[in-house]
Amino acid sequence: MMSINAAVIDLKRLELLADGNTPTHALDARAKVLVTFVFIVCVVSCSRYELTRLIPFFIFPTVLIALANLPALFVARKIALISPFVLMVGLFNPVFDHTDLYQIGHITITGGWISLISLFIRSLLTVGAAFILIGTTGFAAVCQALERLGIPRIFTVQLLFLHRYIFVLADETSRASRARELRSCGKKGFGVVSFSSLVGHLLLRTWHQAARIHTAMLARGFVGQFHARRQSRFGVVELCYLLSWSSLFIALRLFDITGTIGKVVTGIIP
Amino acid sequence: MSHHIVEVTHLQHIYPDGTIAIKDVSFCITHGESVAIIGANGAGKSTLLQHLNGCLEATSGQIRIGDTPLSKRTLPDIRRTVGMVFQNPDDQLFMPTVFDDVAFGPLNLGLEGMHVEKRVTEALTQVGAGHLATKPPYHLSGGEKKRVAIATVLAMTPDILVLDEPTSGLDSFARRQIMSLLKEFHHTKIFTSHDLDMVLDICQRTIILHEGAIMADGPTGEIFQNDDLLATCHLEKPFALQGCPGHSRDTDATKP
Repeated sequence: MMSINAAVIDLKRLELLADGNTPTHALDARAKVLVTFVFIVCVVSCSRYELTRLIPFFIFPTVLIALANLPALFVARKIALISPFVLMVGLFNPVFDHTDLYQIGHITITGGWISLISLFIRSLLTVGAAFILIGTTGFAAVCQALERLGIPRIFTVQLLFLHRYIFVLADETSRASRARELRSCGKKGFGVVSFSSLVGHLLLRTWHQAARIHTAMLARGFVGQFHARRQSRFGVVELCYLLSWSSLFIALRLFDITGTIGKVVTGIIP
Repeated sequence: MSHHIVEVTHLQHIYPDGTIAIKDVSFCITHGESVAIIGANGAGKSTLLQHLNGCLEATSGQIRIGDTPLSKRTLPDIRRTVGMVFQNPDDQLFMPTVFDDVAFGPLNLGLEGMHVEKRVTEALTQVGAGHLATKPPYHLSGGEKKRVAIATVLAMTPDILVLDEPTSGLDSFARRQIMSLLKEFHHTKIFTSHDLDMVLDICQRTIILHEGAIMADGPTGEIFQNDDLLATCHLEKPFALQGCPGHSRDTDATKP
């Protein structure tokens, strides 16, 4: 059960990163949310056979990790966690899509393989951007920014409770699984039968625990609104941040910069 | 007008499954009193405490905090007045850092910036946990968690402190720390506990609950001398009154 505990501690560490004191951390959360949104839209809207256009988008996570002093290896490991799921989603692309796209010597690269790699890169970029947003802003501040951008409060509060519920569920799961493992004596411990009962218990226990936490929140004046500790306003710096990054992303999306550089280089060096 | 008075009149609570948890309970706790609510498991102690700041709604009866009757309309004000520390600090600590957790209440009260920081720093200093401010709550020991949980409530500057089993699950050193801390507070204090030596040490008045009803309400010293009453309510005398070595009989509650 170490993996569940480790995953929870990592999630909490990601939240703690948002307490940094860099200029990126100090920016108004709305600017960071909007920039991340434009980034994700630009990346996702690239066609499935685009590879070269996606590569320059790596500038965004790279620059932000450096500016915000985020631990690059930690963020990379978090992003790598989702890769098996992405590969599973795109697993059948090479099987069903036989469109010939490139020829390298005698080897033909089909559209299926290109779309699989494209899907993989796009997921790295978008999930990475989301992790960096949380690591530089914090989940509560992101939800507050969404609310200030016009998303109904009921959705943002739901998001926040879901976020808290993940920790409650993970804590209970690790405890229950440890108890089951210790009494299974290295065997399967009645397999699916005990597992299904454990899942049922988990649901009820986390339900009660969540209710107790909610009561504790109510006792401390919670009225359906989370407050971010860092107070900020959308000023000139935020506007420049939003416009500069957004213009870059739109330019990268509209113009094939890597292709153009490639043509220039191959033109100079025939 | 004082906000420090708690008046409970004919309180009754029936859970949805039909269990009668509280039966016709009435008492009045005045300004600065330190009162213990004791009883065996299932006596209704935690249920009763949860009514005091509106976490549970009474089936019948009334609760007044100062001159204010507890109702949906007065709930926000009552929750600021009555600070509740839960039995399990893990239920109370849910933010990424200790500072954030202690700031949660003041932020909900509408405080901002420096005012929040001041409240948090003061509350943490009061419980001797200033050095824990940047730590995540899940890295704290049991005693530290308990002290931080108390700080989360103190940061809201309540007039009345309600604590559910403040010393449960603590080692003797952490228990002593919490007890010294509670003695220093000049708030009206109400708490439940199975730690009868602590009750003897801190509380001048004790209310015994048995099967949801009040069996006794009076000076702690007198109540703990009544062997028949304690036996009926499935309680035992505190060690300090049993002549156990290492337990001082010279406590606040037994002093003349």
